[in-house]
Amino acid sequence: MTINLDPRVPAGPLADKWENHKFSMRLVNPANKRKFKIIVVGTGLAGASAAASLGELGYEVEVFTFHDSPRRAHSIAAQGGINAAKNYHNDGDSVYRLFYDTIKGGDYRSREANVHRLAELSLNIIDQATAQGVPFAREYGGLLDNRSFGGAQVSRTFYARGQTGQQLLLGAYQALMRQVDRGSVKLHTRTEMLDLVVKDGRAVGIVTRDLVNGAISRHSGHAVVLATGGYANVFFLSTNAKASNATAIWRAHRRGAAFANPAFTQIHPTCIPASDEFQSKLTLMSESLRNDGRIWVPKRAGDNRPPNDIPMAERDYFLERMYPAFGNLVPRDVASRAAKRMVDAGHGVGPLQNGVYLDFANAIDRLGRNTIAERYDNLFQMYERITDEDPYQVPMRIYPAPHYTMGGLWVDYNLMTTIPGLYALGEANFSDHGANRLGASALMQGLADGYFVLPYTIGDYLAEYLNTDPVPTSHEAFGEVEAGVRERVSGYLNTNGTRTVDWFHRELGKIMLEHCGMARTESGLDKALAEIPALHEEFKADVRVLGESESFNQSLERAGRVDDFFELAQVMCLDAKNREESCGGHFREEYQTPEGEALRRDNEFAYVAAWDWTGDPGSPELIKEPLEFENVKLSTRSYK
Amino acid sequence: MNITLQVWKQEGPDRAGRFATYQVDDIEPEMSFLEMLDILNERLVSQGDDPISFDHDCREGICGTCGVMIDGQAHGPQLGTATCQLHMRKFRDGDTITVEPWRAAGFPIVRDLVVDRTSFDRIIEAGGYITVDTGAAPDANLIPVPKDVAETAFDAAACIGCGACVAACPNGAANLFTAAKINHLNLLPQGQAERWARTEAMVEVMEEYFGSCTNHGECEKACPKEISIDFIAWMNRDYVKAKVKNRRLMGQKA
Repeated sequence: MTINLDPRVPAGPLADKWENHKFSMRLVNPANKRKFKIIVVGTGLAGASAAASLGELGYEVEVFTFHDSPRRAHSIAAQGGINAAKNYHNDGDSVYRLFYDTIKGGDYRSREANVHRLAELSLNIIDQATAQGVPFAREYGGLLDNRSFGGAQVSRTFYARGQTGQQLLLGAYQALMRQVDRGSVKLHTRTEMLDLVVKDGRAVGIVTRDLVNGAISRHSGHAVVLATGGYANVFFLSTNAKASNATAIWRAHRRGAAFANPAFTQIHPTCIPASDEFQSKLTLMSESLRNDGRIWVPKRAGDNRPPNDIPMAERDYFLERMYPAFGNLVPRDVASRAAKRMVDAGHGVGPLQNGVYLDFANAIDRLGRNTIAERYDNLFQMYERITDEDPYQVPMRIYPAPHYTMGGLWVDYNLMTTIPGLYALGEANFSDHGANRLGASALMQGLADGYFVLPYTIGDYLAEYLNTDPVPTSHEAFGEVEAGVRERVSGYLNTNGTRTVDWFHRELGKIMLEHCGMARTESGLDKALAEIPALHEEFKADVRVLGESESFNQSLERAGRVDDFFELAQVMCLDAKNREESCGGHFREEYQTPEGEALRRDNEFAYVAAWDWTGDPGSPELIKEPLEFENVKLSTRSYK
Repeated sequence: MNITLQVWKQEGPDRAGRFATYQVDDIEPEMSFLEMLDILNERLVSQGDDPISFDHDCREGICGTCGVMIDGQAHGPQLGTATCQLHMRKFRDGDTITVEPWRAAGFPIVRDLVVDRTSFDRIIEAGGYITVDTGAAPDANLIPVPKDVAETAFDAAACIGCGACVAACPNGAANLFTAAKINHLNLLPQGQAERWARTEAMVEVMEEYFGSCTNHGECEKACPKEISIDFIAWMNRDYVKAKVKNRRLMGQKA
């Protein structure tokens, strides 16, 4: 059965769509809201803001996180800032310009209507967060300060030192805890969603495992909201937190939610290069550093003099040379590929020659050490702790690393997946960033979805089910799903193989990074598509998970997540292979301009590739949602 | 590097714990402390031995999930650094390192080095927020916040909720954690409406779970975000004022 991908974009002029849609949607009156139970999975920016807002409205909300506290979600690690078209700085910003920059930055692979709504809501987010007490940076007059981020020529990024994600998440977490205290939200910590329950084609609940005592339990609701983040940990080495995983969205996919644009992954240009084979994760250095840092490599390949001994004339400030208009502030995909080209050509720096320099010497001369410290000191300290080098004295070494996934569950304009009653928010959906996300836009999207979109759109769905009870958890639909979960969990423990879960994860990551990373080719993807299922079979036969399921067992938690990554990796490679063009973070070597830039093929590929589960991870069905551009003219991105 | 580890092992909150000794050879100084534990766990599982449970997530020092006592110091020997950002270069070849969970009555043990910190969530729930429903906010620039005030509020808001302050305190007190949140909100103009109710409620929930502060100052030294103990003094001042103001406000109602 082919599913129908109706994006349900409202009619009317772009700028009026959301306003009109809000009026046309059905409402649930305040007295009836408490009759509806909503399950929210994940407590990052999207999940916490959604759960808090739904609780405020009067819905009965149950929220789940595998962390020990909602405040641990990985949104907390976002550093640089959050975009909003406030135009507080009189530099020509507007909602339309933010919309335009986001569409262009995403290389024309996102839906116009969604992106415009995001730009509109950016204004409300800053107001909301400020009222919550988020300590954004201020100017001396007490008003809000801004800085610039990649892909924009205006200053529209609000920030809280290098810890913007932390402060915004704490704001949402605190709003959530207020609802927990009021009793409108029930919080389940250290509880992981392991499957979705679908009955008569609708999402009706979830099955979870308590990570402390191993108890498997059933939870029923009128609707299920997944705000479970992205899947960059499929690469093993990424900037994601160690526990970030795709299990919730992958299990939903297996139950019928189409997965859109899985190959659209973002490789962030400014991460600290790996130092050895046992590296467990990579650490991001905020993009905001590119405001004041200059990126360069030695002009001569293999030049291994200390950076401060290399004279100006022998340095190649390659981004400034190649992209004079945007310079060091080109979008992430462009900056990443340029760095890769330099390193591949032998200009890499550092002990493993796997980085490029990000140099603050000029900025320190111009602005003074104090100003630089005020802007970036926490980042400089973080860098020094990891590398034992002082960035005030010697340039940082940076290199691209997997960071964010634009792909995710397909959603319509209401953020509903192809399973009625199942919503996906934030990084877990595919909606707003096209083939490349601009810096400081992830926080914006997560909070827009949670605070300002879902609370309106979910009512339109629920209104139809007024005075119906949630499906009882004793129903056989729950029983079947629970039996499957139990079988999976005991399966890992009974395999008694020889290799650890991490060993398999690391090997999978190597395949993905090599063939489905920053540059992809048809032959490489074919190779990956042969290697991944073979390794997955080996995993199933040879993984070793010790201990028992009825206790706190971290290897067991990881086994399920890695098992799902194996299947997801295949659809990522299939999507990358299918998309015979280069756009944003997806770069197919066969499709590039003579200068080595991405070559889009709009006639063939201006569509969202949504993949439907068929039962075999190696052959999902491709369904296309054509992208129509009524307001923006498709053109080749130029940052020169 | 070759290291000997003495690690606290405990299967559950009601089980007896003990130290187990592990020899960890061939460690690189560039590795982080947690990567060293990862490698040890890989080796243990390969040998069929029970791995060590420890909490961790972002490994960038911001999520607050990780944290262990290393040679009796919360987060180990490097000041202003969470466990995940501590590197093996801070130790010497041949060292014996003792690793224990946070030791505090307010944080019961879950398993091995993992503790239950939900008591922190209870403190936030009691008033660690500004009441503003979604959609009710005025334009952000309507409320100017003097730069110094914003900076000081930020210094308090930088708390990651790891619990090192409690673990380091001889009394197992959570005053630095609670003071950080109270001051973050009480300093800002947006936080004034609920200032006194918030302070009284949060302090009183804190006292249900944790010991009392006697100004040892260990918390400030252990804090990976170097949050100042001055905030505790300000919290105490606000608490005394709150006791008076809240009573007067209640009188007005009657």
